[in-house]
Amino acid sequence: MGSMSDKTVTTATYLCIGCPLGCRLEVDEDTAGAIVEIRGFSCKRGKEYAAQEHTAPQRLVTTTVRVLGGLYPRLPVKTNAPVPKGLVMEVCRALRQVTVEAPVQMGDVIVADIVQTGTDVVATRDLPTSELRGMNK
Amino acid sequence: MISPNVSHLRSRYDVVVVGGGPAGLGAAFSARQAGAEHVLVVDREQEAGGILLQCIHSGFGLHHFGAELTGPEYAQRVLEQVLEQEVDVITDSYVMDVDRARRVKVMSAQHGIQIIEAGAVVLAMGARERTRGAVRIPGARPSGVLTAGLAQKFVNMMGLLPGRRAVILGSGDIGLIMARRLVLEGVEVEGVYELMPHANGLNRNIVQCLHDFDIPLHLSSTVVDIHGHERLDRVTVAPVDGDLRPVLSQARDIVCDTLLLSIGLIPDNELAHQLRLRLDSVTRGPEVNSTMETSLAGVFACGNTVHIHDLVDFVSQEAMLAGRSAAQYVRDQLPPADNVRLLPGENVAYCVPHTIATDREHTVYMRVRKPLDLCRIRLATSVGEFVYEKKLRYVFPAEMVNLTLRPRFLEKFHDDALRVEVLPR
Repeated sequence: MGSMSDKTVTTATYLCIGCPLGCRLEVDEDTAGAIVEIRGFSCKRGKEYAAQEHTAPQRLVTTTVRVLGGLYPRLPVKTNAPVPKGLVMEVCRALRQVTVEAPVQMGDVIVADIVQTGTDVVATRDLPTSELRGMNK
Repeated sequence: MISPNVSHLRSRYDVVVVGGGPAGLGAAFSARQAGAEHVLVVDREQEAGGILLQCIHSGFGLHHFGAELTGPEYAQRVLEQVLEQEVDVITDSYVMDVDRARRVKVMSAQHGIQIIEAGAVVLAMGARERTRGAVRIPGARPSGVLTAGLAQKFVNMMGLLPGRRAVILGSGDIGLIMARRLVLEGVEVEGVYELMPHANGLNRNIVQCLHDFDIPLHLSSTVVDIHGHERLDRVTVAPVDGDLRPVLSQARDIVCDTLLLSIGLIPDNELAHQLRLRLDSVTRGPEVNSTMETSLAGVFACGNTVHIHDLVDFVSQEAMLAGRSAAQYVRDQLPPADNVRLLPGENVAYCVPHTIATDREHTVYMRVRKPLDLCRIRLATSVGEFVYEKKLRYVFPAEMVNLTLRPRFLEKFHDDALRVEVLPR
């Protein structure tokens, strides 16, 4: 008979996005923060997704930045890799400070290493200059 | 990307494509590949790309390009492919009329009004959003009430915020995507209200647009009143009963200055009406045969103008078929006529195409009426005799189902109508 370890687990639930089944995933975590058990998945991808979402959820960020002299006043951009979910709003706030000038090529780096994630923000289209320069201020 | 100027329009084209979104561009590309010599794409916006230009989020192209792309990236790739094929693409141009002899009246600033003869026409005009008027939401008519797609255009292409505190009606993907978009731009989203007892959009969007930002989703609810003098200042929401009727005794007001409506898309079918094409009353688009030809010979259709798609990848697939068929029509090389009519049966809202031929393979697209888990697609004769069956996992109305129909499934079938059903196992 030894001392009983603390067996308190907290359960977090996630909706799986892997396929239309939308399994309700449950992840048990102990007080040290380690995953004890994963339940509810119907396939291997679901189990992996649950673990990833629980420990290090990531998201691709897509938004627009201000552009001067282009065909439109906004340029659509994306992070070229997913960033930690908790940094999504900070990425967007940082991009609100950015203004680029047309012309832009698809893939151009608009901001390198956005909010120190190691990920670049790139243009997702060519944006030529507007003949009606001055109308899209 | 901007297409180069077409200095001179021909008086006759082998194939004229109405609409330069992913459907129209896909059809133009495959028409050229199939041997059509002169192909024209007409688009009303200042550049081709269609609705993809405002869909700045990712999730496009997984099937078609094997990569996860944003809308603008997908559009640019498809347009590049088309321009390499020496297709004439004119923009800021509007097809005012197509007559039954396939004379196309085009209006544009650059070329004026021209009548162009077409060996074949492909209709690819896309869809429109259902508006407040269509569902008759009562109340005042202040500013601040707009469709989710229009809000998307304002935000993503014009740099305009629709308001500061929004309520969204409809849990379809457009509404969910805009919920996230507004939050990323600093707008407060009070909640998403959905008439049905289940969400309408992809789980991926429920998670990444609602859960991620703690935006509540209220099922079995709707907006029953709109208030505001010049500007929206509040909406009244209420739960609905089993017959989808509002329970007004439980109504409550929500202070907001923006109401986004994400309540459905309808094929743009003005030209289909003008041409007196046979229309499907469920899809609201033209009936098509297995070559994507409409009820008028030489007029083909593809994309959202036929039926509303979820994935642009399937639009491209459908467009490839329509374009190829249009080119074949011009050279009198279309395959023999279809011999079987497809009938939507139990739990199937519609099937596209509307007819097939038993000697070839087809992809049949359909939507179910009610969600079902662990089900089966069943093909039967018009009197219910079994022809073929295939197991399916989970189906729901918001996700299109596609079925590959092979000739060997129909070896023993000799009827002229095939019923398609989706049943529990």
